[in-house]
Amino acid sequence: MPPLAQRNLFHDKVRLTVTLTGIVFSVVLIVVQLGLFIGFTTATSNLIDHSGADLWITSKNVPYVEQGVAFSERKLNQVRAVPGVIDAQKVIAHFTQWKRHDGGQESVQVVGINVDDRLERPWNVIEGRVEDLKSPDAVILDELYKQKLGVKRVGEVFEIGGYRARVVGFTRGIRSFTTSPYVFTSFKNAQDFAGLREDQTLFILVRVAPGADVERVRGALLAHVADVDVLTSAQFGRMTTFYWMFTTGAGVAVLIAAVLGLVVGFVVVAQTIYATTMDHIREYGTLKAMGAPNGYIYKVIMKQAAISAVIGYVLGMFVSVFVVHGSQKGGAAILMPTPMAVGMFFLTLLMCVGAALVSVNKVTRIDPAMVFKG
Amino acid sequence: MSSAISVRQLTKTYEEGPAGTLALRGIDLDVSAGELLMLMGPSGSGKTTLLSIMGCILTATSGSVQVAGKEIVGLREKDLPAIRLEHIGFVFQGFNLFPTLTAGENVELMLDLKGISGAKAKKRALELLEQVGLGGKYGSFPADMSGGQKQRVAIARALAGEPAIILADEPTAALDSHTGRTVMEMMSELAHTRGRAVVIVTHDSRVVSFADRIVRIEDGMIATSVASETVPAGLLAKTQPQAAMSLV
Repeated sequence: MPPLAQRNLFHDKVRLTVTLTGIVFSVVLIVVQLGLFIGFTTATSNLIDHSGADLWITSKNVPYVEQGVAFSERKLNQVRAVPGVIDAQKVIAHFTQWKRHDGGQESVQVVGINVDDRLERPWNVIEGRVEDLKSPDAVILDELYKQKLGVKRVGEVFEIGGYRARVVGFTRGIRSFTTSPYVFTSFKNAQDFAGLREDQTLFILVRVAPGADVERVRGALLAHVADVDVLTSAQFGRMTTFYWMFTTGAGVAVLIAAVLGLVVGFVVVAQTIYATTMDHIREYGTLKAMGAPNGYIYKVIMKQAAISAVIGYVLGMFVSVFVVHGSQKGGAAILMPTPMAVGMFFLTLLMCVGAALVSVNKVTRIDPAMVFKG
Repeated sequence: MSSAISVRQLTKTYEEGPAGTLALRGIDLDVSAGELLMLMGPSGSGKTTLLSIMGCILTATSGSVQVAGKEIVGLREKDLPAIRLEHIGFVFQGFNLFPTLTAGENVELMLDLKGISGAKAKKRALELLEQVGLGGKYGSFPADMSGGQKQRVAIARALAGEPAIILADEPTAALDSHTGRTVMEMMSELAHTRGRAVVIVTHDSRVVSFADRIVRIEDGMIATSVASETVPAGLLAKTQPQAAMSLV
């Protein structure tokens, strides 16, 4: 076949620019909206997903991780006594106040851990070491929140919940879904910062022995430990994500924006591809008059749409990577996991081919007078 | 001569408005192989509609139309492209070349539809362009060609399908008289030397002398159908057709 599709596409540079701009705009819009949605969703369950625990033990009816209710830490021994439990540690995640040097207060969420254990340790530590948390009053926070909390460097001293806190390190990319940054510290410090009694904890995190059935261990814990809920990390993560994304208005707004991004993106692509096809409608009419079957014309139009999709996707992803990269230093992370990037290719192809189908419908109904008109 | 196109009691109604518009009313017409027939008449008289139906682009409302012996009235729309491809070549007033393809590629497009591609198609396209006097224009784009050259490319493209019937809509309307005459000489050659049935819709009285027969349509009906030697003198051009180049 003579290269009609390619030539039609590349012949008119202005039209090509308009078409590709439309597709690139759509790709970036969808990536940003979906990426924000994924970023928010991921942030809601960050603590749980990175905890390394198989099971979370909470007070009864705790709906999400930020809403932990204190219970006696003596339950830890009961938990450890259950067959299949290889490790169990107390963890605190609780809102409290951070006092800046300028006297301003910021809400933070202290995360108290057993520094000697592998559960719920801060990850992506870029300055300092997790072991530094063993020293009195030590805290580690994410570099994203330096400005918010008025922190400039390691070694600075602040006040959390009325207690002295010394910054010993920074992490990278540990976001909180709420406006309250996570502040990692030892379990003992966290009790002070959060105003808990010495015998209280908010969560017990459990690792089950290799080969042990998580559901069976969960059942045994429920049977042996009174007045608690035992949830798998996946369950608790889903509950927390569901709470933030769907019970509060924020998540729903992001979700609606993501869906709108898809719709607007599709409409923009449909409009530009349709206009491109309409630009050549007379030629398709001529092809029909020459005896080309509809399939032949569809092939030309689809090829044109597919080429546009591939070029638009490549350019769109190029822009998107910059946007995603830039967002990592901002307040809202836009995430683009590999499956999403691959999925975007097929979505772009689908949008362009789908949009071309709309114009194909028009081509099948070409008025013959158009072909004969001078 | 055998009938390439045979039309009987053809009617066409456009379903627009409550009553519809009757565009053709009981047309009877035969076009023979080797004949050059011109359809004339005022605008809106139904010439292009008749040409479209004979070209299997429009469907008739009633009557019978046989193209190369095959009845096309009542055929499904999806069956018509194959008949167009097999039997009919079109030449348009506006040339209808593909502006993004070279002259050669325009011809190759028709060959591709006929299942000929690659080096064989290129060779054939070069031959056809040679035959219409455009041997050196294979790589030229339509935008770089004169109106006469474009129309000759269009003729080469129509011929690429080896059609028995050539349907032309105002092929000289966009051309000056000299170029128009050259194009008409080719059309005449196609009919008289190569045995094609050529039907031309035209308003151009300068070219009527090339016709074997002139059919005048008014209000969707045939008003007159006369052989060229009996055409009133005022309608005839000064000269008789002379083939300027061989298309064989």
